[in-house]
Amino acid sequence: MTQELTQNRITDLFATKSDRLLNVYFTAGFPTITDTVPILRGLQAAGVDLVEIGMPYSDPVADGETIQKSNERALTNGMSLKTLFAQLSDCRKDTSGDAVTVPILLMGYINPVLQFGIENFCQQCREVGVDGVILPDLPLDLYLAEYAATFRKYGIVNVSLITPQTAESRIRHIDEESDGFIYMVSSASITGSVKGVSDAMRAYFERIEAMNLRNPLLIGFGINNHETFDTASQYANGAIVGSAFIRHLEENGTSAASIQAFVQTIRA
Amino acid sequence: MQTTFEPATSFEVSDKGFYGHFGGAFIPEMLYPNVDELRQNYLKIIADPAFQAEFWQLLDDYVGRPTPLFLAKRLSEKIGATIYLKREDLCHTGAHKINNTIGQILVAQRLGKKRIVAETGAGQHGVATATVCALMGLECIVYMGSIDMERQKPNVDRMRMLGATVVPATSGSQTLKDATNEAMRHWINNPIDTHYIIGSVVGPHPYPDMVARFQSVISQEVKKQLFAKTGSENPDYMVACVGGGSNAAGAFYHYLNEPSVRLVAAEAAGQGVTSGHSAATTALGKPGVLHGSRTILMQTEDGQVVEPYSISAGLDYPGIGPLHAHLFESGRGDFYAITDDEALAAGFELSKLEGIIPALETAHALAALPKMNLQPDDVVVVCLSGRGDKDLSTYSKHL
Repeated sequence: MTQELTQNRITDLFATKSDRLLNVYFTAGFPTITDTVPILRGLQAAGVDLVEIGMPYSDPVADGETIQKSNERALTNGMSLKTLFAQLSDCRKDTSGDAVTVPILLMGYINPVLQFGIENFCQQCREVGVDGVILPDLPLDLYLAEYAATFRKYGIVNVSLITPQTAESRIRHIDEESDGFIYMVSSASITGSVKGVSDAMRAYFERIEAMNLRNPLLIGFGINNHETFDTASQYANGAIVGSAFIRHLEENGTSAASIQAFVQTIRA
Repeated sequence: MQTTFEPATSFEVSDKGFYGHFGGAFIPEMLYPNVDELRQNYLKIIADPAFQAEFWQLLDDYVGRPTPLFLAKRLSEKIGATIYLKREDLCHTGAHKINNTIGQILVAQRLGKKRIVAETGAGQHGVATATVCALMGLECIVYMGSIDMERQKPNVDRMRMLGATVVPATSGSQTLKDATNEAMRHWINNPIDTHYIIGSVVGPHPYPDMVARFQSVISQEVKKQLFAKTGSENPDYMVACVGGGSNAAGAFYHYLNEPSVRLVAAEAAGQGVTSGHSAATTALGKPGVLHGSRTILMQTEDGQVVEPYSISAGLDYPGIGPLHAHLFESGRGDFYAITDDEALAAGFELSKLEGIIPALETAHALAALPKMNLQPDDVVVVCLSGRGDKDLSTYSKHL
């Protein structure tokens, strides 16, 4: 059933824009169960290029305390994949001239997706207009062996991660097998635990830049203000902000104005 | 002194780390280099004669192996079968856990690691890890659920006395599952100089296989000891408790391909399988992915991990090792769900009948005996995985 990936908002986006792309993460159902779509709309209105929606999970091992707590709260609020898909089901439709057009990625862990069913999951993604998925605990070899055909059948991009420890040969392999973009983890860390851009990080960014990969690169982990976004954008096509946005939502609320203000401080 | 591991069995793990369709390595890319380094090297390292010599020497002279196989006469009379106890409680540090930590610290040294991180539930694995780190002069950081730190305080003190840093895991249920999450995060943040000593046959490949191999010294010894006592290497039943399942994996290992030996696993039913306060994974779980492997997992319909409960911190885990999931699914193993009350009663009974106070974990294995419909000529070996000193405060509440 393998077929070429066509008509995907992520690949379309990178075909037209390659510089200073901003991808913002938030957790579905946080701070309240009904915030998912309003935050999504707020991010689009604020001009972000991609939105990454977290599928909350009880044991998010690659995430730090900020995102874990937002996951716990979302689960307490009753968020589930079923509810998330229901919430997203109408967002692409042009009801009052404010259809969501920004590319959407779902980020989360493999177990809830497995319980939902891979085929069902990909089909639902396609139906509600999710363009890509980031599943950090689904390694590339398992993805290729078991799930890639289904993802491609529904036109869903599976985004892989690389880290400073990923071997060059493996990066080449990931690049070969990826569509959309590569998620470049800035340092050996969990989310929300990195402060600033170190010399070692710059050296890693330069090393990857020099590899001239076919896929665009977005740098994530430790991108939390204008300075870090700016630095990341010098070496990659843009960056991903997560924990900093979750903290902002907690401290400043979820209004469109609050989201606008956050995005402005990152972009400046 | 032993000199080698005996050949593995057809329940051996596949190249990709699967037992049947359980296992694998479901890990974030941040852990890939560490796990891959281990996967590519562990078999070579443990096959090296210098490694073998050091491993077996330490098991003999430091751990105190072989541990006795004890004929429990009064228990046998009570149960109505011949019951032998494999006395892993007599290992240095009080449980079988040290068989594995000795093996892994030697692997870590050969990989050039400078720091060890570990998780612990009851504290037995934490103590065993802190012990081998002290022995080898490596820094040791142990994550432990903050609830477990309260209920297993003597083990927290032991770890600290051995020089380890004990870090409370305050997320989720604040027990073993969360300690494992925190240890994995620590490893993600320190990928180059740190080795993660997982304490059970769980986690991404190659951990379940590596830990089972180190623990297989249990069944290797039982075979020889039972032959010396009975003229047969094979009991009718091999019984062990299963949280993650490392003592059971070690007790079953050389019997996996001996169909005449029934493999019996006791899981913690807590306050009852259907009480909502249980850790009986095979009764309540279904296939899923946790801590790096596909296994049987207690989870909600939406795939969220359910918080387990057991009176014994070492069995308070929502999954089991992938080998055990395969044994359950294939029918090779018999799984029993043992309540807190049944385990406590079995613990008191063994203490009075044989003068051995078992760990609460082990008491679950003992509590399976009356449920097994044993016949008078049946020979049963129970893996006495640990001693109950650490559980005295819990036992004393029920005296």
